[in-house]
Amino acid sequence: MNAVYLAQDPTLADFGKDPWWLVLIKVLFAFVFGLLATLLGVWFERRVVGYMQVRPGPNQVGPFGLLQTLADGLKMAFKEDILPKAADKVVYFFAPVISVVCAVTALSVIPFGPMVSIFGHRTPLQVTDVPVAVLVLLACSSLAVYGIVLGGWASGSTYPLLGGLRSSAQMISYEVAMGLSIVAVFMTAGTMSTSGIVAAQGDATRFTIAGVEVPAPGWYAILLLPSFIIFFIATVGETNRAPFDLPEAESELVAGFMTEYSSLKFALFMLSEYVAMVTMSAVTTTLFLGGWRAPWPITLWADANTGWWPMLWFFGKVLALVFVFVWLRGTLPRLRYDQFMRFGWKVLLPINLVWILVLAGLRSIEGWQTRDRLLATGLGAGVLLLVTLLWPSRKKEPRPTLQEQVNSRPHGSFPLPPMDLQVPPSPRTKRVVAEREPANIAAGSDSREV
Amino acid sequence: MTTQTVLAAAGGVSGGEEVTFWILAPLALLGAIGMIAARNAVHSALWLVLTMLCLGVFYVLQAGPFIGMVQIIVYTGAIMMLFLFVLMLVGRDASDSLIETLRGQRVAAVVLGLGFAGLVGGGLYRGLGGVSAVGLEQANAEGNVQGIARLLFTKYVFAFELTSALLITAAVGAMVLAHIERRREDKMDQIATMKARFAPGNYPGPKPGPGVFATSSSVATPARLPDGRLTERSIPEILPARELTAEETTLKGTDR
Repeated sequence: MNAVYLAQDPTLADFGKDPWWLVLIKVLFAFVFGLLATLLGVWFERRVVGYMQVRPGPNQVGPFGLLQTLADGLKMAFKEDILPKAADKVVYFFAPVISVVCAVTALSVIPFGPMVSIFGHRTPLQVTDVPVAVLVLLACSSLAVYGIVLGGWASGSTYPLLGGLRSSAQMISYEVAMGLSIVAVFMTAGTMSTSGIVAAQGDATRFTIAGVEVPAPGWYAILLLPSFIIFFIATVGETNRAPFDLPEAESELVAGFMTEYSSLKFALFMLSEYVAMVTMSAVTTTLFLGGWRAPWPITLWADANTGWWPMLWFFGKVLALVFVFVWLRGTLPRLRYDQFMRFGWKVLLPINLVWILVLAGLRSIEGWQTRDRLLATGLGAGVLLLVTLLWPSRKKEPRPTLQEQVNSRPHGSFPLPPMDLQVPPSPRTKRVVAEREPANIAAGSDSREV
Repeated sequence: MTTQTVLAAAGGVSGGEEVTFWILAPLALLGAIGMIAARNAVHSALWLVLTMLCLGVFYVLQAGPFIGMVQIIVYTGAIMMLFLFVLMLVGRDASDSLIETLRGQRVAAVVLGLGFAGLVGGGLYRGLGGVSAVGLEQANAEGNVQGIARLLFTKYVFAFELTSALLITAAVGAMVLAHIERRREDKMDQIATMKARFAPGNYPGPKPGPGVFATSSSVATPARLPDGRLTERSIPEILPARELTAEETTLKGTDR
């Protein structure tokens, strides 16, 4: 069974051998996937948010309102395209294009599945893979900032400029946290190619407990939990999604960098946002959730990771992550800008650095003998424990009571009501009490007449 | 090893590489010229971005995928973005002035620049024209990333760490010079602000406007405080605060 698995895993050598028509099909597939994901993603988000807010959401156009986004898109295309007088015309036109191109390009290194046979050609379900595929993803996300920043700048108006500035600071800061959490993945997988990382998450070590072979989880989401959490938070910041949607904060900046955009250009920005969300979910799936590999109960079925089935598992995982994105939007309020920056630089970054240090330490003692290894870990843990025990704690001064605080106020202060003031209950409260009291004694039907 | 690396090691140039080069090389040149020629500072930065992206692709073509991607991520993604950030803060209409302070300086600069470019280009062409690359295959034997990592963390580790220390010192120094941190004592939290608001000598509520609590709605009529005194604050400074005389308060005979 293990041999079958390995045969299914594409390696770097399997890429670059496709005939041109196959390459074309794959590229087209990735592109159409991005577009379809947007069409369905907008619908999905509106329906899920609607469900969370106890309202139906779009349900008129097509079955379950599925065609609502299509209708909106068509309407958007026929709207007037307004070009502000102060706009920088060329840059204004190119900004949304850059956004979309970067978001879609990232899909080209995402592994959708293992080796399959297409018209007699054995080929991996992935447009291409390079030894530095994850860096390609990072490059795409860092170039995507240009679309937003230039869109904000070229509009020639204040709110878009502020949105653009915010987003550039935001994306640069969160890319640092993101890159550092990927470092842990590189260290564990030993490769930067996406297919290699998926393969590395597959061959889990097997423990034999009481004669039963138990596969240890191979997903990096479990092995590298801190990295996974930080990475996912950073992706939310990277994609400008709530609660980190500061560049387009409605209540502060109208619509941020896309305030002046209308018609198809606005649609392109919208498209890029949703494609980026799906791409980031796919990247998270690939790096941390085992990629196209089936999760545990399905793996009991021997053919779970062969043929075209893995694509289904992959889409399932991506859908689950997109749901989390929507869930976050439905649940959390937007952060203030300084809170957001402090969170990125003073919380995520130090935790990430310490975690990488710990991971590096654990990896470097891996080859030692068991006794030395235990000794090293025990020493480290002991020092940590001692430091936490002996860390000087700041003694809190006893808080003065309310009466003491009142007494210590200087002469001539604003008058206060007496401390033992009894506020009489309001007549309305009384009535509620009167209505409810008889129900407790279970008097009878006449008690309701009060 | 990829076919690319093998080809590059053998000194051969594949068709795809040649096509990519002849598409991107003019673009890179165009970006370089545009960067100098553009009047607007942001346009200038964008032309430079184009050149940097082309260079990144060239590195990838030359079997150095890691350095190519780092070029795009670090230079294009981070450094140029910071440049843009500053330029946008300076203002969108910041353009170069075309007044020459030294006469003939521009012509001289163009001639010298072209001459220098010709010298360097000619020298490189003559020096490297017939040379074939050696040792790329050995360097990339374990993979490009691993090769760079081995060099960085063994042979050049000291230089690498020194550079990083230098950069960190620069960043910290810039922050120390530019950052003004208020002392902890100077910061007023919510409780302190409220205490100051209700301290004696400070009136916590909104101030009464003129004419309020008075018998007239004139601006000249001062407001009364809760204890009945007149308040000076409610009337313009040029008006004296005074009680209305009996004559003024008597009925004018218009109500009949």
